[in-house]
Amino acid sequence: MGDGSLVEMTRSEIKADLEEGTQLAAKRAKVEPLTQDELDHLLDIYASSARFTAVDIGDEVIMSNDGTGTKHIGNRVQDLQTYEQVVGIDMVELWQIDYSYKAVKTNVAHEGQSMKIAQMLCTNPVQYGAMPDLGRYSKPDGPIDNWSELLPLMKVDEARAAQLDACDMLVNDINFVADHMIEAGADGIDMDTTGAAGDADFLAGLTACRMLRERYPDLGIEIGMASEFVLGMHGQLEFDGERLAGMWPKDQVRMVQAAGASIYGPAVNINTGKSTAWNIARAMTFIKPAAEIAEIPVHVNVGMGVGGVPTCVYPPADATSRASKAFVEILKIDGY
Amino acid sequence: MGGMRTAGDLVARMQMTRRMRLKEAKAYVADKLGCGVRDLSDPIAMEQIRSEKGLGLLPHTSAVRPGDAGMIEAKFNIARTLDIPINCVERFKERTGVTTAAGV
Repeated sequence: MGDGSLVEMTRSEIKADLEEGTQLAAKRAKVEPLTQDELDHLLDIYASSARFTAVDIGDEVIMSNDGTGTKHIGNRVQDLQTYEQVVGIDMVELWQIDYSYKAVKTNVAHEGQSMKIAQMLCTNPVQYGAMPDLGRYSKPDGPIDNWSELLPLMKVDEARAAQLDACDMLVNDINFVADHMIEAGADGIDMDTTGAAGDADFLAGLTACRMLRERYPDLGIEIGMASEFVLGMHGQLEFDGERLAGMWPKDQVRMVQAAGASIYGPAVNINTGKSTAWNIARAMTFIKPAAEIAEIPVHVNVGMGVGGVPTCVYPPADATSRASKAFVEILKIDGY
Repeated sequence: MGGMRTAGDLVARMQMTRRMRLKEAKAYVADKLGCGVRDLSDPIAMEQIRSEKGLGLLPHTSAVRPGDAGMIEAKFNIARTLDIPINCVERFKERTGVTTAAGV
Protein backbone atom coordinates (compact mmCIF):
# COMPACT_ATOMS: atom_id res chain seq x y z
CA MET A 1 0.00 0.00 0.00
CA GLY A 2 1.02 3.64 -0.30
CA ASP A 3 1.75 3.74 3.44
CA GLY A 4 4.05 0.72 3.18
CA SER A 5 1.73 -1.80 4.82
CA LEU A 6 1.70 -5.30 3.33
CA VAL A 7 -1.59 -6.48 1.81
CA GLU A 8 -2.58 -9.45 -0.28
CA MET A 9 -4.40 -8.70 -3.52
CA THR A 10 -5.67 -10.92 -6.31
CA ARG A 11 -4.44 -10.40 -9.87
CA SER A 12 -7.83 -8.97 -10.82
CA GLU A 13 -7.76 -6.53 -7.90
CA ILE A 14 -4.32 -5.29 -8.97
CA LYS A 15 -5.56 -4.97 -12.56
CA ALA A 16 -8.53 -2.90 -11.40
CA ASP A 17 -6.28 -0.59 -9.38
CA LEU A 18 -3.93 -0.07 -12.34
CA GLU A 19 -6.84 0.87 -14.57
CA GLU A 20 -8.36 3.22 -12.00
CA GLY A 21 -5.00 4.91 -11.35
CA THR A 22 -4.29 5.64 -15.00
CA GLN A 23 -7.83 6.78 -15.79
CA LEU A 24 -7.88 9.18 -12.86
CA ALA A 25 -4.51 10.70 -13.79
CA ALA A 26 -5.43 10.98 -17.47
CA LYS A 27 -8.56 12.91 -16.60
CA ARG A 28 -6.77 15.14 -14.10
CA ALA A 29 -3.82 16.09 -16.33
CA LYS A 30 -5.70 15.90 -19.63
CA VAL A 31 -3.32 13.31 -21.06
CA GLU A 32 -3.77 9.87 -22.58
CA PRO A 33 -4.12 6.91 -20.21
CA LEU A 34 -1.56 4.12 -20.39
CA THR A 35 -2.11 1.71 -23.27
CA GLN A 36 -3.37 -1.83 -22.74
CA ASP A 37 0.11 -3.22 -23.46
CA GLU A 38 1.59 -0.92 -20.82
CA LEU A 39 -1.06 -1.90 -18.28
CA ASP A 40 -0.44 -5.59 -19.02
CA HIS A 41 3.30 -5.03 -18.50
CA LEU A 42 2.61 -3.27 -15.20
CA LEU A 43 0.32 -6.11 -14.13
CA ASP A 44 3.09 -8.65 -14.72
CA ILE A 45 5.47 -6.58 -12.58
CA TYR A 46 3.01 -5.91 -9.75
CA ALA A 47 1.37 -9.35 -9.63
CA SER A 48 4.73 -11.00 -9.02
CA SER A 49 5.30 -12.39 -5.54
CA ALA A 50 9.07 -11.73 -5.76
CA ARG A 51 10.64 -9.70 -2.96
CA PHE A 52 12.97 -8.05 -5.48
CA THR A 53 12.73 -7.51 -9.21
CA ALA A 54 15.02 -5.80 -11.73
CA VAL A 55 15.50 -4.68 -15.31
CA ASP A 56 17.19 -6.89 -17.89
CA ILE A 57 21.00 -6.97 -18.15
CA GLY A 58 22.08 -3.99 -20.26
CA ASP A 59 19.04 -1.85 -19.40
CA GLU A 60 20.50 -0.32 -16.24
CA VAL A 61 20.03 3.43 -15.74
CA ILE A 62 21.84 6.18 -13.85
CA MET A 63 21.16 6.83 -10.17
CA SER A 64 21.66 10.48 -9.32
CA ASN A 65 20.80 9.92 -5.67
CA ASP A 66 19.99 13.37 -4.35
CA GLY A 67 20.60 13.63 -0.61
CA THR A 68 23.31 10.96 -0.66
CA GLY A 69 24.03 9.20 2.61
CA THR A 70 22.50 9.34 6.04
CA LYS A 71 24.71 11.95 7.73
CA HIS A 72 25.12 9.47 10.55
CA ILE A 73 27.94 7.29 9.23
CA GLY A 74 31.21 9.02 9.98
CA ASN A 75 31.30 12.38 8.23
CA ARG A 76 29.55 13.51 5.07
CA VAL A 77 32.46 12.86 2.73
CA GLN A 78 32.73 9.33 4.14
CA ASP A 79 29.03 8.98 3.34
CA LEU A 80 29.75 9.91 -0.28
CA GLN A 81 32.65 7.45 -0.44
CA THR A 82 30.46 4.71 1.03
CA TYR A 83 27.78 5.31 -1.57
CA GLU A 84 30.39 5.38 -4.34
CA GLN A 85 32.41 2.36 -3.27
CA VAL A 86 29.94 0.13 -1.43
CA VAL A 87 26.50 0.99 -2.77
CA GLY A 88 27.60 1.54 -6.39
CA ILE A 89 25.79 4.84 -6.95
CA ASP A 90 26.56 6.67 -10.22
CA MET A 91 26.45 10.26 -8.96
CA VAL A 92 26.64 11.45 -5.38
CA GLU A 93 25.43 14.65 -3.80
CA LEU A 94 26.92 16.69 -0.99
CA TRP A 95 24.21 18.34 1.12
CA GLN A 96 23.56 19.65 4.59
CA ILE A 97 20.70 18.72 6.89
CA ASP A 98 19.07 22.17 6.59
CA TYR A 99 18.43 21.46 2.89
CA SER A 100 17.80 25.01 1.69
CA TYR A 101 19.93 27.42 -0.36
CA LYS A 102 19.07 30.23 2.07
CA ALA A 103 20.43 28.19 4.98
CA VAL A 104 23.52 27.07 3.07
CA LYS A 105 24.40 30.66 2.19
CA THR A 106 25.34 31.45 5.79
CA ASN A 107 27.75 28.49 5.90
CA VAL A 108 28.94 28.46 2.31
CA ALA A 109 32.69 28.55 2.93
CA HIS A 110 32.54 25.42 5.10
CA GLU A 111 30.27 23.69 2.61
CA GLY A 112 32.71 24.60 -0.13
CA GLN A 113 35.62 23.15 1.86
CA SER A 114 33.70 19.88 2.25
CA MET A 115 33.06 19.88 -1.51
CA LYS A 116 36.78 20.41 -2.19
CA ILE A 117 37.70 17.46 0.06
CA ALA A 118 35.00 15.32 -1.57
CA GLN A 119 36.37 16.14 -5.02
CA MET A 120 39.84 15.01 -3.99
CA LEU A 121 38.56 11.71 -2.63
CA CYS A 122 35.73 10.71 -4.98
CA THR A 123 35.95 9.52 -8.57
CA ASN A 124 32.18 9.78 -9.11
CA PRO A 125 30.62 13.08 -10.13
CA VAL A 126 29.78 15.04 -6.97
CA GLN A 127 27.02 17.60 -7.16
CA TYR A 128 25.79 20.00 -4.48
CA GLY A 129 22.11 19.97 -3.65
CA ALA A 130 19.52 21.92 -1.69
CA MET A 131 15.92 23.07 -2.04
CA PRO A 132 15.00 26.46 -3.50
CA ASP A 133 12.52 26.64 -0.58
CA LEU A 134 10.90 30.01 -1.33
CA GLY A 135 8.81 29.97 1.85
CA ARG A 136 11.96 30.60 3.90
CA TYR A 137 11.97 34.20 2.73
CA SER A 138 8.57 35.05 4.25
CA LYS A 139 7.93 36.13 7.83
CA PRO A 140 8.63 34.87 10.45
CA ASP A 141 11.56 32.98 8.85
CA GLY A 142 12.50 35.74 6.42
CA PRO A 143 12.12 39.48 5.84
CA ILE A 144 9.19 39.44 3.42
CA ASP A 145 5.48 39.66 4.24
CA ASN A 146 3.96 36.20 4.32
CA TRP A 147 1.82 35.67 1.23
CA SER A 148 -0.01 32.80 2.91
CA GLU A 149 -1.25 35.29 5.48
CA LEU A 150 -1.95 38.04 2.93
CA LEU A 151 -4.07 35.86 0.62
CA PRO A 152 -6.81 35.02 3.18
CA LEU A 153 -7.07 38.77 3.83
CA MET A 154 -7.78 39.24 0.10
CA LYS A 155 -4.57 41.25 -0.27
CA VAL A 156 -3.85 39.57 -3.58
CA ASP A 157 -1.64 42.28 -5.07
CA GLU A 158 0.45 42.44 -1.92
CA ALA A 159 0.77 38.65 -1.83
CA ARG A 160 1.93 38.59 -5.43
CA ALA A 161 4.45 41.39 -4.87
CA ALA A 162 5.82 39.58 -1.82
CA GLN A 163 6.40 36.41 -3.84
CA LEU A 164 8.27 38.35 -6.51
CA ASP A 165 10.49 39.96 -3.89
CA ALA A 166 11.21 36.55 -2.39
CA CYS A 167 11.88 35.12 -5.85
CA ASP A 168 14.57 37.75 -6.48
CA MET A 169 16.28 36.96 -3.17
CA LEU A 170 16.15 33.23 -3.84
CA VAL A 171 17.66 33.58 -7.31
CA ASN A 172 20.54 35.55 -5.81
CA ASP A 173 21.09 32.95 -3.08
CA ILE A 174 21.12 29.99 -5.50
CA ASN A 175 23.67 31.81 -7.66
CA PHE A 176 25.74 32.75 -4.62
CA VAL A 177 25.90 29.19 -3.29
CA ALA A 178 26.44 27.69 -6.75
CA ASP A 179 29.34 30.03 -7.51
CA HIS A 180 31.11 28.96 -4.33
CA MET A 181 30.50 25.26 -4.89
CA ILE A 182 31.74 25.45 -8.47
CA GLU A 183 34.82 27.31 -7.25
CA ALA A 184 35.37 24.36 -4.88
CA GLY A 185 35.13 21.90 -7.78
CA ALA A 186 31.47 20.79 -7.86
CA ASP A 187 30.44 18.82 -10.94
CA GLY A 188 26.83 19.91 -10.69
CA ILE A 189 24.15 21.83 -8.85
CA ASP A 190 20.87 20.20 -7.84
CA MET A 191 17.73 22.21 -7.16
CA ASP A 192 15.69 19.62 -5.34
CA THR A 193 11.95 19.83 -4.60
CA THR A 194 11.57 22.82 -6.92
CA GLY A 195 8.11 24.38 -6.97
CA ALA A 196 7.34 23.34 -3.39
CA ALA A 197 6.04 26.86 -2.67
CA GLY A 198 4.29 27.19 -6.02
CA ASP A 199 4.91 28.97 -9.30
CA ALA A 200 7.24 31.64 -7.86
CA ASP A 201 9.43 28.88 -6.42
CA PHE A 202 9.55 27.20 -9.85
CA LEU A 203 10.30 30.52 -11.56
CA ALA A 204 13.24 31.13 -9.21
CA GLY A 205 14.67 27.70 -10.04
CA LEU A 206 14.32 28.24 -13.78
CA THR A 207 15.77 31.75 -13.64
CA ALA A 208 18.76 30.69 -11.55
CA CYS A 209 19.31 27.72 -13.87
CA ARG A 210 19.44 29.94 -16.96
CA MET A 211 21.88 32.31 -15.26
CA LEU A 212 24.14 29.43 -14.21
CA ARG A 213 24.06 27.88 -17.68
CA GLU A 214 25.19 31.16 -19.23
CA ARG A 215 28.22 31.28 -16.91
CA TYR A 216 29.00 27.54 -16.78
CA PRO A 217 28.30 25.79 -20.09
CA ASP A 218 29.58 22.38 -18.90
CA LEU A 219 27.99 22.37 -15.45
CA GLY A 220 25.57 19.62 -14.47
CA ILE A 221 22.29 21.22 -13.40
CA GLU A 222 19.47 19.06 -12.09
CA ILE A 223 16.00 20.43 -11.43
CA GLY A 224 13.91 18.00 -9.42
CA MET A 225 10.28 18.86 -8.81
CA ALA A 226 8.25 18.90 -5.60
CA SER A 227 5.08 17.43 -7.07
CA GLU A 228 3.22 16.59 -10.24
CA PHE A 229 1.47 19.96 -10.40
CA VAL A 230 2.80 23.52 -10.08
CA LEU A 231 0.59 25.36 -7.62
CA GLY A 232 -0.52 28.86 -8.62
CA MET A 233 0.30 30.67 -5.41
CA HIS A 234 0.96 33.74 -7.57
CA GLY A 235 -1.00 32.60 -10.58
CA GLN A 236 0.33 34.96 -13.26
CA LEU A 237 4.05 34.20 -13.42
CA GLU A 238 5.53 33.25 -16.78
CA PHE A 239 8.82 31.84 -18.08
CA ASP A 240 9.56 32.39 -21.76
CA GLY A 241 6.00 33.66 -22.14
CA GLU A 242 4.34 30.57 -20.67
CA ARG A 243 2.27 30.58 -17.50
CA LEU A 244 3.85 28.33 -14.88
CA ALA A 245 0.85 27.82 -12.61
CA GLY A 246 -0.94 24.57 -13.37
CA MET A 247 1.91 22.95 -15.29
CA TRP A 248 2.06 19.14 -15.32
CA PRO A 249 5.24 17.17 -16.13
CA LYS A 250 4.78 17.43 -19.92
CA ASP A 251 5.06 21.22 -19.64
CA GLN A 252 7.48 21.29 -16.72
CA VAL A 253 10.09 19.42 -18.76
CA ARG A 254 9.89 21.94 -21.62
CA MET A 255 10.56 24.79 -19.20
CA VAL A 256 13.39 22.96 -17.46
CA GLN A 257 15.22 22.15 -20.68
CA ALA A 258 14.63 25.67 -22.04
CA ALA A 259 16.27 27.04 -18.91
CA GLY A 260 19.35 24.96 -19.72
CA ALA A 261 19.17 22.20 -17.12
CA SER A 262 20.99 18.91 -17.69
CA ILE A 263 18.51 16.68 -15.88
CA TYR A 264 14.76 16.94 -15.18
CA GLY A 265 13.35 15.14 -12.15
CA PRO A 266 9.59 14.72 -12.19
CA ALA A 267 7.89 13.95 -8.89
CA VAL A 268 4.45 12.43 -8.33
CA ASN A 269 3.33 12.17 -4.74
CA ILE A 270 1.84 9.03 -3.20
CA ASN A 271 -1.74 8.51 -2.07
CA THR A 272 -1.08 6.53 1.12
CA GLY A 273 -4.58 5.04 1.17
CA LYS A 274 -4.22 3.39 -2.25
CA SER A 275 -2.17 0.41 -3.41
CA THR A 276 1.27 0.79 -4.97
CA ALA A 277 -0.26 -0.54 -8.21
CA TRP A 278 -2.81 2.29 -8.22
CA ASN A 279 -0.05 4.80 -7.43
CA ILE A 280 2.41 3.60 -10.09
CA ALA A 281 -0.24 3.72 -12.82
CA ARG A 282 -1.17 7.23 -11.77
CA ALA A 283 2.47 8.40 -11.60
CA MET A 284 3.41 6.89 -14.95
CA THR A 285 0.41 8.45 -16.66
CA PHE A 286 1.46 11.92 -15.48
CA ILE A 287 5.12 11.43 -16.47
CA LYS A 288 4.77 9.51 -19.75
CA PRO A 289 4.19 12.60 -21.97
CA ALA A 290 7.28 14.26 -20.47
CA ALA A 291 9.48 11.21 -21.02
CA GLU A 292 8.33 11.05 -24.64
CA ILE A 293 9.25 14.63 -25.56
CA ALA A 294 12.28 15.18 -23.31
CA GLU A 295 15.53 16.17 -25.01
CA ILE A 296 17.47 15.97 -21.73
CA PRO A 297 17.80 13.05 -19.30
CA VAL A 298 14.73 12.35 -17.16
CA HIS A 299 15.52 11.13 -13.63
CA VAL A 300 12.19 10.29 -12.01
CA ASN A 301 11.98 10.78 -8.26
CA VAL A 302 11.49 7.17 -7.15
CA GLY A 303 11.86 7.31 -3.39
CA MET A 304 10.08 7.57 -0.11
CA GLY A 305 6.62 9.01 -0.85
CA VAL A 306 7.05 9.69 -4.56
CA GLY A 307 7.10 7.76 -7.82
CA GLY A 308 5.10 4.75 -6.66
CA VAL A 309 7.25 4.17 -3.56
CA PRO A 310 5.37 4.12 -0.22
CA THR A 311 5.55 6.92 2.33
CA CYS A 312 7.40 5.20 5.16
CA VAL A 313 10.84 5.31 6.74
CA TYR A 314 11.99 1.97 5.31
CA PRO A 315 10.33 1.48 1.91
CA PRO A 316 10.03 -2.27 1.15
CA ALA A 317 12.45 -3.49 -1.52
CA ASP A 318 9.66 -5.09 -3.55
CA ALA A 319 7.94 -1.69 -3.85
CA THR A 320 11.07 0.26 -4.76
CA SER A 321 12.34 -2.30 -7.27
CA ARG A 322 8.95 -2.75 -8.97
CA ALA A 323 8.56 1.00 -9.39
CA SER A 324 12.09 1.31 -10.79
CA LYS A 325 11.58 -1.54 -13.25
CA ALA A 326 8.26 -0.10 -14.38
CA PHE A 327 9.65 3.35 -15.10
CA VAL A 328 12.70 2.02 -16.93
CA GLU A 329 10.98 -0.60 -19.05
CA ILE A 330 7.79 1.26 -19.92
CA LEU A 331 8.74 4.96 -19.94
CA LYS A 332 12.40 4.44 -20.94
CA ILE A 333 13.62 6.91 -18.35
CA ASP A 334 17.30 7.85 -18.12
CA GLY A 335 17.75 7.53 -14.40
CA TYR A 336 16.20 8.03 -11.01
CA MET B 1 24.25 1.31 -13.41
CA GLY B 2 26.70 0.28 -10.74
CA GLY B 3 28.79 3.43 -10.47
CA MET B 4 32.52 2.75 -10.42
CA ARG B 5 31.91 -1.01 -10.38
CA THR B 6 30.93 -0.48 -13.99
CA ALA B 7 30.81 2.64 -16.18
CA GLY B 8 27.95 4.33 -14.33
CA ASP B 9 29.99 7.35 -13.28
CA LEU B 10 31.19 7.84 -16.87
CA VAL B 11 27.71 7.71 -18.38
CA ALA B 12 26.48 10.04 -15.63
CA ARG B 13 29.15 12.57 -16.62
CA MET B 14 27.83 12.65 -20.18
CA GLN B 15 24.29 13.26 -18.93
CA MET B 16 25.53 16.10 -16.74
CA THR B 17 28.00 17.87 -19.00
CA ARG B 18 26.50 17.20 -22.43
CA ARG B 19 22.82 16.76 -21.49
CA MET B 20 22.75 13.42 -23.32
CA ARG B 21 19.84 11.07 -22.82
CA LEU B 22 20.76 7.57 -21.67
CA LYS B 23 21.02 5.78 -25.00
CA GLU B 24 23.20 8.49 -26.52
CA ALA B 25 25.36 8.74 -23.39
CA LYS B 26 25.99 4.99 -23.30
CA ALA B 27 26.87 4.91 -27.00
CA TYR B 28 29.27 7.84 -26.57
CA VAL B 29 31.08 6.27 -23.61
CA ALA B 30 31.29 2.87 -25.31
CA ASP B 31 32.82 4.51 -28.38
CA LYS B 32 35.39 6.37 -26.30
CA LEU B 33 36.30 3.22 -24.37
CA GLY B 34 36.37 1.06 -27.48
CA CYS B 35 33.93 -1.48 -26.09
CA GLY B 36 30.33 -2.57 -26.57
CA VAL B 37 27.41 -0.82 -24.87
CA ARG B 38 26.63 -3.98 -22.98
CA ASP B 39 30.14 -4.00 -21.48
CA LEU B 40 29.38 -0.73 -19.71
CA SER B 41 27.29 -2.43 -17.03
CA ASP B 42 29.47 -5.55 -16.81
CA PRO B 43 31.75 -5.25 -13.76
CA ILE B 44 34.16 -7.87 -15.10
CA ALA B 45 34.68 -6.14 -18.45
CA MET B 46 34.84 -2.71 -16.86
CA GLU B 47 37.40 -3.70 -14.24
CA GLN B 48 39.81 -4.51 -17.05
CA ILE B 49 38.97 -1.44 -19.13
CA ARG B 50 39.16 0.92 -16.15
CA SER B 51 42.47 -0.58 -15.10
CA GLU B 52 43.99 -0.27 -18.57
CA LYS B 53 42.87 3.34 -18.99
CA GLY B 54 43.43 4.48 -15.40
CA LEU B 55 39.80 5.42 -14.80
CA GLY B 56 39.72 4.43 -11.14
CA LEU B 57 38.91 1.15 -9.40
CA LEU B 58 37.28 0.22 -6.13
CA PRO B 59 39.91 -0.80 -3.57
CA HIS B 60 38.97 -4.19 -2.12
CA THR B 61 40.60 -6.21 0.62
CA SER B 62 41.80 -8.66 -1.99
CA ALA B 63 42.61 -6.15 -4.72
CA VAL B 64 44.23 -2.94 -3.54
CA ARG B 65 46.30 -1.21 -6.21
CA PRO B 66 47.90 1.92 -4.77
CA GLY B 67 50.05 2.21 -7.90
CA ASP B 68 46.99 2.73 -10.12
CA ALA B 69 45.27 6.06 -10.73
CA GLY B 70 42.50 6.74 -8.25
CA MET B 71 40.18 9.54 -7.16
CA ILE B 72 41.44 12.94 -8.41
CA GLU B 73 44.16 11.19 -10.43
CA ALA B 74 41.61 9.02 -12.20
CA LYS B 75 39.51 12.08 -13.05
CA PHE B 76 42.37 13.51 -15.12
CA ASN B 77 42.24 10.32 -17.20
CA ILE B 78 38.43 10.32 -17.36
CA ALA B 79 38.43 13.90 -18.67
CA ARG B 80 40.91 12.98 -21.40
CA THR B 81 39.23 9.69 -22.32
CA LEU B 82 35.72 11.16 -22.55
CA ASP B 83 36.95 14.46 -24.02
CA ILE B 84 35.02 16.55 -21.50
CA PRO B 85 36.14 19.14 -18.97
CA ILE B 86 35.87 18.05 -15.33
CA ASN B 87 35.56 21.05 -13.07
CA CYS B 88 37.81 19.91 -10.22
CA VAL B 89 40.48 18.76 -12.69
CA GLU B 90 40.49 22.19 -14.32
CA ARG B 91 40.75 23.82 -10.86
CA PHE B 92 43.57 21.45 -9.92
CA LYS B 93 45.57 22.38 -13.03
CA GLU B 94 44.87 26.08 -12.53
CA ARG B 95 45.95 26.09 -8.88
CA THR B 96 49.04 23.93 -9.28
CA GLY B 97 50.25 25.31 -12.56
CA VAL B 98 49.99 21.84 -14.05
CA THR B 99 48.88 21.93 -17.66
CA THR B 100 50.35 18.87 -19.27
CA ALA B 101 50.87 16.24 -16.56
CA ALA B 102 48.15 14.02 -17.97
CA GLY B 103 48.11 15.55 -21.40
CA VAL B 104 44.71 17.10 -20.67
